[in-house]
Amino acid sequence: MSAPTPEELHDVRLHVNGSVHEVQVPARRLLSDALRHDCGLTGTHVGCEHGVCGACTVLVDGAPVRSCLMFAVSAVDAEITTVEGLTEAEDTLSPVQQAFSDCHGLQCGFCTPGFLTTITAGLKDNPDPTEDEAREMIAGNLCRCTGYQNIVKSVLRAAEIERERA
Amino acid sequence: MTTKLFGTKVPRVEDQRFLRGQGRYVDDLLTDDPRLLHAAVLRSPHAHARITDIDVSGVLDLDGVVAVWTFDDLTGPMAEPLPLLIPHPALTHGRTQYALAKDEVNYVGEAIAFVVAVDRYVAEDAVARIRVDYEQLEPVVGIAAARAAARLVHDDVPGNVGARMEQENGDARAAIADAPHTLTLELDVERSACTPMEGRGTVARWDPDTSRLTVWSSTQTSTGVRGCVAAKLGLDLAKVDVITPDVGGGFGVKINHPWPEELLVPLAAMTLGRPVKFTEDRREHFISSAHERAQVHHVEVGFDDDGRVLGLNVEFWHDHGAYTPYGLIVPIITSTQLLGPYKPQNYRVVFESLYTNTVIVTPYRGAGRPQGCFVMERTMDAIAAYLGKDRTEVRSTNFIQPDEFPYEHGLVFQDGRPLTYDSGDYPASLAKLKELVGWDEFEDFRAEMAAQGRRVGIGLACYVEGTGVGPYEGAHVHVETSGKVKVATGLTTQGQGHQTAFAQIVADTLGVRFEDVEITTGDTRKMPYAVGTFASRAAVMSGSAIHLAALRAREKALRIAAEALEAAEDDLEIVDGVVSVKGTDASIDLGTVAVLSNPLRYAFDEASKAATQFSVGDPGKAPVAEDDEPGLEGKDFYSPERSTFANGMHAVIVETDPDTAEITILKYAVVHDCGHLINPMIVEGQIHGGVAQGVGGALYERMAYDESGQLLNASFMDFLMPYVTEVPTTIDIDHLETPSPLNPLGIKGAGEAGVIPSAAVFAAAIEDAEGFPITAMPISPSELFDLRLAHADNSFAG
Repeated sequence: MSAPTPEELHDVRLHVNGSVHEVQVPARRLLSDALRHDCGLTGTHVGCEHGVCGACTVLVDGAPVRSCLMFAVSAVDAEITTVEGLTEAEDTLSPVQQAFSDCHGLQCGFCTPGFLTTITAGLKDNPDPTEDEAREMIAGNLCRCTGYQNIVKSVLRAAEIERERA
Repeated sequence: MTTKLFGTKVPRVEDQRFLRGQGRYVDDLLTDDPRLLHAAVLRSPHAHARITDIDVSGVLDLDGVVAVWTFDDLTGPMAEPLPLLIPHPALTHGRTQYALAKDEVNYVGEAIAFVVAVDRYVAEDAVARIRVDYEQLEPVVGIAAARAAARLVHDDVPGNVGARMEQENGDARAAIADAPHTLTLELDVERSACTPMEGRGTVARWDPDTSRLTVWSSTQTSTGVRGCVAAKLGLDLAKVDVITPDVGGGFGVKINHPWPEELLVPLAAMTLGRPVKFTEDRREHFISSAHERAQVHHVEVGFDDDGRVLGLNVEFWHDHGAYTPYGLIVPIITSTQLLGPYKPQNYRVVFESLYTNTVIVTPYRGAGRPQGCFVMERTMDAIAAYLGKDRTEVRSTNFIQPDEFPYEHGLVFQDGRPLTYDSGDYPASLAKLKELVGWDEFEDFRAEMAAQGRRVGIGLACYVEGTGVGPYEGAHVHVETSGKVKVATGLTTQGQGHQTAFAQIVADTLGVRFEDVEITTGDTRKMPYAVGTFASRAAVMSGSAIHLAALRAREKALRIAAEALEAAEDDLEIVDGVVSVKGTDASIDLGTVAVLSNPLRYAFDEASKAATQFSVGDPGKAPVAEDDEPGLEGKDFYSPERSTFANGMHAVIVETDPDTAEITILKYAVVHDCGHLINPMIVEGQIHGGVAQGVGGALYERMAYDESGQLLNASFMDFLMPYVTEVPTTIDIDHLETPSPLNPLGIKGAGEAGVIPSAAVFAAAIEDAEGFPITAMPISPSELFDLRLAHADNSFAG
């Protein structure tokens, strides 16, 4: 077997939740791994590493993106928001986070960060979803604990909280 | 007056950290430790092969690789097979794998080599550079091949039969022979798996300064892992701590232990003197953790004109995969829990547990009950169809009646104890279910839909679930001088909300504020005696133990407070953490009682100042009485004589598309009886999740093995786990609360309930819609379409 070549490292500046993280990563480093292991933001979870489960969803310039399907080096110029960045000033839960607590929208909590980021973006597009639209909003994320009923309720409740807080 | 929290929908305390992204799952640990190393595993690409050579020479010169292990590097107990966790006399040919394969591999995914490197990417690069020479053997895949035994999985296991077990109450075959009517059924259930969103994972750190090993594992039993790690690595138990951090779902698969990696990670950490982490990826979870469910059943039943079962004879074949680390628990549960709420007069069951060259089988939520329920409920439906009776009527005829408890079945249950139901009210449950789903109005609905060219069907299924199996759980309650209450119980948590439900119990029992209670689970440093989380046992076992331990702390608090307040204990009450003499202003904080409980020599803060020997105590007495100990604490264990039996009934209305055979859920109803509910919100969440998993198991999920033993759908892209679009839009739930007489809180387990009747209830509803028998689950639209064609052909032929 031929001697392997040492990996080239890239200096990458990631903008996450309003802070700058300077990290050195190989080109193949997934954004999910960079966030978790290089930036220490372990709130983003990895459930499948093939873009199906949605647990690793983060917001890239406001749009939901599977961070396991993006390289860290591709994220240099983007504003990234992870679940840690959803929490508001003075540690107040965001409307989506609060709704999940109100509606028992989570059990083990592993898939939750992906739902929270996905719904946060979804409600920006559609602040007043019908129940069917709420279901559509979360139709790309897997959860093995809740059976989804209370997550659908959480979407509707989050929209309500947004209105209450406005 | 403190509001009673037991029975109320208290929001979960654990949500606060989960929602902020501050949960700590095993892969989150030690991420900022620059010394942390990462492991990857070389797994067998073949289902059955001899290993003739392993060449790791290309690995260590890879930049960043630190070490590699194969079987030849293992010594002592590590070179012995993994433990057979639950031995049983009927398991005459139990076999377990090695931590790393020795000479042969018996399923695709079996661990062969273990590489440790600076990160997971490099570790996987290294795995790809290991060269293994195999001599391929013909694999045994599926129950039919295992039974045929033309080839053997293990050369020394004749017929591929790991175990044969038989139980009988009465004389079933004679009763069937004498019965007015008899039926025979062949019923199949396929493989599925738990697939929690978080896979397996282990981190270990050896501390040379204290000579202690700390292991964090995503397990359902930290005490079990601790025992195995100590035994395998030759360490005193006292040198090993196992901590279960936040766990991203379990559903049974994480009760099996020790996984090879749960031993290899600590071994590597000790050998290398650096912390090591293994985090399973999704494909690894499919091919190297565990599956369940695959069974083939042959049923003979004899019954009278009312549909009363006079004799039931069930033979079944259980596919346990390549090895039997978890013994016979799954088929034993099927063989006993199959009886559900019924009392067949004579019952015989015999099963064979068979080896195949596939992933091992250990309990998956429901643990053999879904198969048993499928068998019994299909049988009830077949009797009703044969006699032309309403399906609920045949069930009613066979129910154990409320005045017949405790009801003894004359069999031995999975815990080695007699199968004796403690309580239940099945007729009441059925009445509720019929009401909830609109059973009596369904024919009108069917006609209405038929008029629109739509095809609908209704089904129901009943189950009984033995929950809270022993041997025991324990709890320790400690009231600190601040008045905060720290509680530890040893079993683990995978999302069930134990920190909330258990705190509700403590708040009520001790008389403290819910906010002042903090619950720790699964940490052997805080509670080294524990069994684990499985069999819907956490609320029953640890809930009861916590209640008992809190009572002990309360007794002590009252004794000390009575002395301090110069009052009789009977005149005291504890509300919101304050002990007071009822009807007076005289009171003392529990925190102060904690100070008084611990006579001190040294003062370190205001509270302890009050407890030094110059401040308190009778100079004529020993500071700590002979029968007492310092501190305001309570510790107790709950060990019931036998399991407590929850029950429930589900009904579903489905629509089947006349052209595409697509199956749509129109209504789903659940009546559930788990005794007293600690937190109804959590119980309903468990039911929702169970139903969704049941929908997956009934309509979508299967392990698609090909004939060479390759799992073709080992990804979330191909294994069809339900999204929100596949589950019922609403689930109508009604509770019956028949308390258990076996524990102080009258509770029964609820964790598995939602999934147990799914295969049965969907088969019943689809059969009702289509008019031909459904005997194998899961069922896909294409399979239903094929069945339609087959039955159309038959009707032409007939």
